[in-house]
Amino acid sequence: MPVAPERFEGGGRFLRGTGGPILGLLFVAVIFGILIGARFFLPANLELVARQTAIVAAAALGMTVIIVSGGIDLSVGSVVAMTTVVIALLLGEQWSPLSAALIGVLAAAACGLVNGLLITALRVVPFIVTLGTMILVRGAAKGFAEERRIEAPQTWLNDLLRTTAPDERSLLPAGVWLVLILALLVGGLLRYTKFGRHVFAIGSNERTARLCGIAVPRTKIIIYTIGAIFAGVAGVLQFSRLSVGDPTVAEGLELDVIAAVIIGGGSLAGGRGTIIGTLLGATTMAVIQIGCAQKGYPNWVQQIVTGAIIVLAVALDRWRQGRRTP
Amino acid sequence: MTLEMRGIEKRFDATTALAGVDLAVAPGEVCGLVGENGAGKSTLMAILSGALPPDAGQMQLGGQPYAPRDPMEARRAGVGMIYQELSLAPDLSVADNILLGVEPARFGVIDRAAINKAAASALAELGRPDIAADRLVAELSVAEQQLVEIARAVAVGCRVLVLDEPTSTLGRRDVERLFALIARLKAAGHAIVYISHFIEEVREICDRIVVLRDGRVAGGGPATMAASDIVRLMVGREVTDLFPRTPRRTGEPVLEVTGRLPGSARFALHRGEIVGIAGLIGAGRTGLLRAVFTPPSRRWREGIGMVSEDRKGEGVALDLNIADNLTLTRLEGLGPAALVIPAKQGAVTARWTRDLAIKCVSPWQLVGELSGGNQQKIAIGRLLHHDVDVLLLDEPTRGIDVGSKAQIYTLIDALVAASQPEGRSPKAVLLVSSYLPELLGLCDRIAVMRRGQLGEPRPVDEWNEHLLMLAATGTESAA
Repeated sequence: MPVAPERFEGGGRFLRGTGGPILGLLFVAVIFGILIGARFFLPANLELVARQTAIVAAAALGMTVIIVSGGIDLSVGSVVAMTTVVIALLLGEQWSPLSAALIGVLAAAACGLVNGLLITALRVVPFIVTLGTMILVRGAAKGFAEERRIEAPQTWLNDLLRTTAPDERSLLPAGVWLVLILALLVGGLLRYTKFGRHVFAIGSNERTARLCGIAVPRTKIIIYTIGAIFAGVAGVLQFSRLSVGDPTVAEGLELDVIAAVIIGGGSLAGGRGTIIGTLLGATTMAVIQIGCAQKGYPNWVQQIVTGAIIVLAVALDRWRQGRRTP
Repeated sequence: MTLEMRGIEKRFDATTALAGVDLAVAPGEVCGLVGENGAGKSTLMAILSGALPPDAGQMQLGGQPYAPRDPMEARRAGVGMIYQELSLAPDLSVADNILLGVEPARFGVIDRAAINKAAASALAELGRPDIAADRLVAELSVAEQQLVEIARAVAVGCRVLVLDEPTSTLGRRDVERLFALIARLKAAGHAIVYISHFIEEVREICDRIVVLRDGRVAGGGPATMAASDIVRLMVGREVTDLFPRTPRRTGEPVLEVTGRLPGSARFALHRGEIVGIAGLIGAGRTGLLRAVFTPPSRRWREGIGMVSEDRKGEGVALDLNIADNLTLTRLEGLGPAALVIPAKQGAVTARWTRDLAIKCVSPWQLVGELSGGNQQKIAIGRLLHHDVDVLLLDEPTRGIDVGSKAQIYTLIDALVAASQPEGRSPKAVLLVSSYLPELLGLCDRIAVMRRGQLGEPRPVDEWNEHLLMLAATGTESAA
């Protein structure tokens, strides 16, 4: 029996559904490789890509879980800004960097918990709830910061995304390693746990999930909390890059994050999406950014290319889906 | 001849959907088109309605060559489709729906008076002037919506009407009204293609029957031909005993069933028996089953599982793979702690797909890619994987082909059989069905539900189709 070539069965299940995102990343990488030359692939440049990807990728890990469950979270950018403010305020109060970062993530988690509670208790669609909390949390962050940037003392937090010296054994900045380890964890969570199977079931068909006895509201609350925890991690990395708490930072970041998941094969209808795909999607966007910057293209070119890639990725996916079922 | 299709062929990639089908329908004739799912009925009708182009073959309409490029063109040429899934816009009025796409307009401005007039005359032609043209479609019953759909075809002067499974969601009284309407359309000289899984119905309403099998015309004849002959043509083999009955032995009670309304019966469901619940659509049977199965999480833990009557909307998750669909309620044991190891999940699933003869490529295939019969086997397989004691089955064979039906009947019978494999005890089944032969063929006891009131279950040999219908319609007391 002939099997469609894009379907990886059995042992290839690991890569199933990520063929498109891999091709997409290779495509943009080759284009910029030709335009810029071999130096585009030098280790230093690849590390730059990784550092550039880290913030979007961290938030996109959580967004993947949310999107697979058929939801969406528009409050990510605001939660990131809020986290940087919380961390800067605590550091200013002489808290240790680790506890400041943890409480920053905890504050983010609280935002996600609120999202989840509102979505399940009020039965309002996630788009509307998180649109509301997006504005609300942004306002709260500005309030905490009294509408200014919060200066904070230099700590090791600022080194998370610092360029690694050539003689360093870690190869990549700690922040990038953090994202990779978290990616493994979330990937495992989605693929190898009951919770993960429940997330896919809810995203595929919520009524079926309920019929099968899955506690849908509780699971959703956990999903949005997890999503916000990763937005918090993105906030820590954002703070690391800025070294100040800035309530106006990361405006519109949620769209980049959603785009990364979509380019990576996630479906806004739910039930589909992979962590590997999401990482590839985030990297694709970073490659476009850095490639355009190094080629000296203005920002608007980069935006046009990114936009085109998003539409192209989804169109390609549609086309492949359409061929499978006549 | 109003409609003539000759040598119609259609291929999808490697599969041949139609291999040279001829179909002709005369004015004033009702032609029944039957066949298992996948026999090619839907593809043939998609070609007739312009939704798909044929690879080969000719069509004629009223003696003129007919090759519609899209459904709108087909409708203008006089071919109207009335689909199983109603294709109405619920938030528009009856009149707007009837004239949708062919609105009379002047310079782009809709002529509302003309719309209402045309709609009213179409409804009058169907003998239903009582349906107000300005009502919202969402407020209508399913039967009335179907009528609007037919009016939509009639309003633009369609002479060929295709009714695809028109009765699958109707109660008996609405079915009778629909049949009266078909007779009226027939008398007016329309050519009608009637597609249905219900063979008795086809024999009742049609003049002639055409049976499709594997993309070819397997045979046909006058509607008076025996039902067993039709089934034989459909499945290509002798269906001697659709309802097997291995010896059963009633065991201990496992579930108390109570009607919610005062005066309703209360009875116990035992291991080793199948109790059927008959009744009209809307009599409250599904509600009763839901009440028994609330809340789902606790019921699963107690060893009670349910198959939904809404297969695609609830019963299975179409975008989810077979393995997840089958094992969702009991992922425990597929790995240490709360882990689910795909290899193990796949192996368990593969065993079920083999035991239940589910046709699939692998456990990771999406359920949406399977046929309706195989989807339903997965919905039932979920209960078996969970190893429930009580199976609540709501219309378990609705809309699936005869071959799969037979397999599901055999499976249900085996679950309650007295002799079970080592270490297993017979299960208990509560079966809601609108298909009376199925209830009479499978059940040990049958209760009838009418207007929310549940009747006392009586042994199956005290019932026949006639008595069940009388009890369900209230012509005779159900209790």
